[in-house]
Amino acid sequence: MFGKILIANRGEIALRIQRACREMGIRTVVVYSEADRQAKYVKLADESVCIGPPPSALSYLNMPAIISAAEVTDAEAIHPGYGFLSENADFAERVEKSGFAFIGPSPESIRLMGDKVSAKQAMTAAAVPCVPGSEGALPEDPKEIVRIARQVGYPVIIKAAGGGGGRGMRVVHTEAALLNAVIMTRSEAAAAFGNPIVYMEKFLENPRHIEIQILADSFRNAVWLGERDCSMQRRHQKIIEEAPAPGIARRLIERIGDRCAEACRKIGYKGAGTFEFLFENGEFYFIEMNTRIQVEHPVTEMITGVDLVQEQIRVAAGEKLRFRQKDIVLKGWAVECRINAEDPFKFTPSPGRISAWHAPGGPGIRVDSHAYAGYFVPPNYDSMVGKVIAYGADRDQAIARMRVALSEMVVEGILTNIPLHRELMADARFIEGGTGIHYLENRIADRSL
Amino acid sequence: MDLRKLKTLIDLVAESGIAELEVTEGDGKVRIVKSAAQIAGQSTHVQPTVIGAPAGSTSFVAAASVAPEPIFEGDIVKSPMVGTFYRSAAPGKPPYVELGQAVKASDPVCIIEAMKLLNEIEAGFDGVVKEILVENGQPVEFGQPLLIIG
Repeated sequence: MFGKILIANRGEIALRIQRACREMGIRTVVVYSEADRQAKYVKLADESVCIGPPPSALSYLNMPAIISAAEVTDAEAIHPGYGFLSENADFAERVEKSGFAFIGPSPESIRLMGDKVSAKQAMTAAAVPCVPGSEGALPEDPKEIVRIARQVGYPVIIKAAGGGGGRGMRVVHTEAALLNAVIMTRSEAAAAFGNPIVYMEKFLENPRHIEIQILADSFRNAVWLGERDCSMQRRHQKIIEEAPAPGIARRLIERIGDRCAEACRKIGYKGAGTFEFLFENGEFYFIEMNTRIQVEHPVTEMITGVDLVQEQIRVAAGEKLRFRQKDIVLKGWAVECRINAEDPFKFTPSPGRISAWHAPGGPGIRVDSHAYAGYFVPPNYDSMVGKVIAYGADRDQAIARMRVALSEMVVEGILTNIPLHRELMADARFIEGGTGIHYLENRIADRSL
Repeated sequence: MDLRKLKTLIDLVAESGIAELEVTEGDGKVRIVKSAAQIAGQSTHVQPTVIGAPAGSTSFVAAASVAPEPIFEGDIVKSPMVGTFYRSAAPGKPPYVELGQAVKASDPVCIIEAMKLLNEIEAGFDGVVKEILVENGQPVEFGQPLLIIG
């Protein structure tokens, strides 16, 4: 087992990783930018190293600085968290070449799943159903593009192969708009991801976002740990997540879960990962795989009792998975609300100093947050300041507990989306369950009418 | 303020990177200032920003997690990267600069080694080397003060 791990991230996930390490008796090195000097986890770390000025490109995305910090502190492994360099295959490779363990899958797996075209091809080969579409990169020939779109059937969505996470996509409803849309998406992709390759998929009208959590070791053992429903989204960003997913037959989930675990074994995947699907009319359609720990991992932890971050560390240290599929038992229900420093209805960011921070508590309430009274939320990074997770014996109890928790929570000095979450916990359609990925945006649009 | 508490405060300042500490308790007030020689010659001690102080010792007024304010006249040469500080280009070679040496802004004053690459760091200011704040072979982080040029 590692004696010292360097945490190459910030915010609540840095604290989460630190907690996992400390529980296991592993010393932590935290790297931070000048904007994060006063972070809670920096103060709690065994060692901390300032790696750059506030801009991410010069700090949290600065590969030489991070690896250098690992060298001067004699760290043994680097945990990349989520976002930043966590899905950067070059970084994983450089970490390993420098003699450190990368807590995540191999660079090859990251590359395979990072290219959304090759990911789909790998999944199709592993009998994981995918969204019907161009079956590969879109060709240059306009006549071919039109033909493929007719075959797939409108509406279609053009996606960047190097994109993902909701970026680099455009919906096309009519043939007249098709070729322009492809040209625009290609040039945006080239600028944003350095890769102009695009592919086409059928655009599903009202799907739900259902994802499967997996864990695999370096001995080709893989298990799936239930599903999550992350349909409550705004601009492709998840706001609320829950596990399990309401109203989907267990045998459908089990079938897709088994396929995902089998796909991991087939590609030699190692570590934690998530297979993301669109679910419509009883069918699952693979869209992408995230080769890292995800923001919403707590809801899976609550219903399975598995500490996913610790299992990541164990797998990276060369240990075998300690459980088989039959040992994974789902119990109860968990809901997570992402707390963002933003105007709850205008969504403008609200960085600044938190003057009061009263977190909720009580049975079944978990708060994952690095914030504290007096903490200055820096403007340089994403706006998430914490996550509130409510666990109950069933969905109704989880929601009831979340309602109480949100009513107790007070954050002053900055704006947060807590008022929005309070509304959603009382929303009839949400309480019914099974709302699709467009529900929240339609609701927001209706609100402003 | 009793003598034991006073000794604890003096030891704390001496052992840490704190340059100046003022504590007010009731009617009593104590101000402890570290002398220039002490700050420059911290031989076995490492800056608190590189190796964090153990939990519990950060409860004092002078925040131990912030680099100490320099008390000298002059410009601070700060490290532009994370790495290991070396006074000379190679072991056995003479150091780039000594205390009291005159330098021009483009003169190299030290090496920061990062990921097996040696990076020469330029003075950045014209003047005379007033203080060298880190030890040969010491790990440094981004923004850490290395030298004072006055």
